[in-house]
Amino acid sequence: MNEEIIISGRNIPMVDPHLNIWHWPISVYLFLGGLAAGILFFAGLYTILGRDKNLPTAVKWSTFVAPFALVLGLIALFVDLKHQWYFWRLYTTIRIESPMSWGAWVLLFITPLSFVWSASYLGELIPGWDWKLGILKRFDRWVQANRLPLAWIMAILSLILGIYTGILLSAFNARPLWNTALLGPLFLTSGLSTGAAAIMWMSGKKDERQFFTRIDLILIAIELFFIIHLFMGFLAGPEVQLEAAELFLNGPFTLPFWGLVVGLGLILPAILEMLELRGWKIPAALPALLILIGGLLFRIIIVEAGEITRYLY
Amino acid sequence: MRYAMAIDTKKCVGCSDCVVACQIENNVPVGYCRDWVTETVHGSYPNLELELRSERCNHCDNAPCVRCCPTGASYIAEGGIVLVEGDKCIGCGACIESCPYDARFSHPEGYVDKCTFCIHRVRKGQEPACVSACPTHCMYFGDLDDPASDISRVLKNRKYKVLAPEAGTKPQVYYLV
Repeated sequence: MNEEIIISGRNIPMVDPHLNIWHWPISVYLFLGGLAAGILFFAGLYTILGRDKNLPTAVKWSTFVAPFALVLGLIALFVDLKHQWYFWRLYTTIRIESPMSWGAWVLLFITPLSFVWSASYLGELIPGWDWKLGILKRFDRWVQANRLPLAWIMAILSLILGIYTGILLSAFNARPLWNTALLGPLFLTSGLSTGAAAIMWMSGKKDERQFFTRIDLILIAIELFFIIHLFMGFLAGPEVQLEAAELFLNGPFTLPFWGLVVGLGLILPAILEMLELRGWKIPAALPALLILIGGLLFRIIIVEAGEITRYLY
Repeated sequence: MRYAMAIDTKKCVGCSDCVVACQIENNVPVGYCRDWVTETVHGSYPNLELELRSERCNHCDNAPCVRCCPTGASYIAEGGIVLVEGDKCIGCGACIESCPYDARFSHPEGYVDKCTFCIHRVRKGQEPACVSACPTHCMYFGDLDDPASDISRVLKNRKYKVLAPEAGTKPQVYYLV
């Protein structure tokens, strides 16, 4: 037997008995950041590919969600800071080694870009829209003339944003559940999937909806593949990662993860999407909502469970 | 210069004087601590073996907290001592997540706080408060680059271990076993 206790008394808030320094706003941000990354990536990609005529929801209308998602996400991040009024310190330095520093800088550029991109389609959305001020009109004309380079910037920044939501966690070797290189690609795929689901839900055109249903199905398949590999990696890993996997394979997160995230959030919507493609009448909102809720739960569970896992010595 | 600490687990009696000395010296807020004492029991009755350890920030050579800090508030000062500059810290919690020893905490004022090896005392040529208060003299503090220092001598002659070496942090608090 081997028993270890702290005898000098230690009950530090948010650290003992197990780490709890990041709360639900972080998970909400990871979800909203991934959603915005997904939407902006598809808008950028299909602008570059010149598909804006037959994929109007992806390129134009869904992007109105992104600025709101990003601003809400930034508010959530701010809420969970403990020394809030020093947040500007993020922008007095660039720390190459720190994923959070990368993320902060990417957000500084992609948030205004999402506003500019969606605003440039206000004229098409609202007939007779007038920017009133001359400078805004000139800026709007400049954006419309430079859509292609902006789309490239947006597609690249959104990929960095999407993968960063996972790398933020995977960079911590002290939390064995997070400390796997698969987490970045997994969070990126999940973010793209939630983005595709949002576009599918918002789209009024049948062919566009089916196109994004197919994309979402592929993304769900990749996500399931990554999840299986994640646990294969843990089970072939050191003791601390075996313990992390145990939380999901035979522990408190078994039902929430495999039942809610994988079952209701990935497999059920995938079945519904397959039926829809075969001509069944299934409202697009149903699989889309399941995927969005599943994506949020996935991040809540990974953040919560990761903070429990630790090195034992 | 490389500051480090060695703690003799055979001499420690677990009195927690080091914890109180630190709290008073560094004005640590009530309910928080920068160092703590663990008791590990191996075996089963009547064949028991007890190990007492005074633990704190390990001032790692490969410090994950310094790496992940987005503002540079966590930094490595002279002699490898890992410090936090409160006015640069945004309280994001990344360094707290990154520490395999759970040695950092969020100070009630918002910034992150931890053991400093009492750098303010060390600069004046004094020992850290925990070391100077220890009634059994089980703690050694000094410069590993100086072969004549107490810590260099004790690490040369005794068997020792560090905590969670598998985390790859290269910790600089040594436990004599």
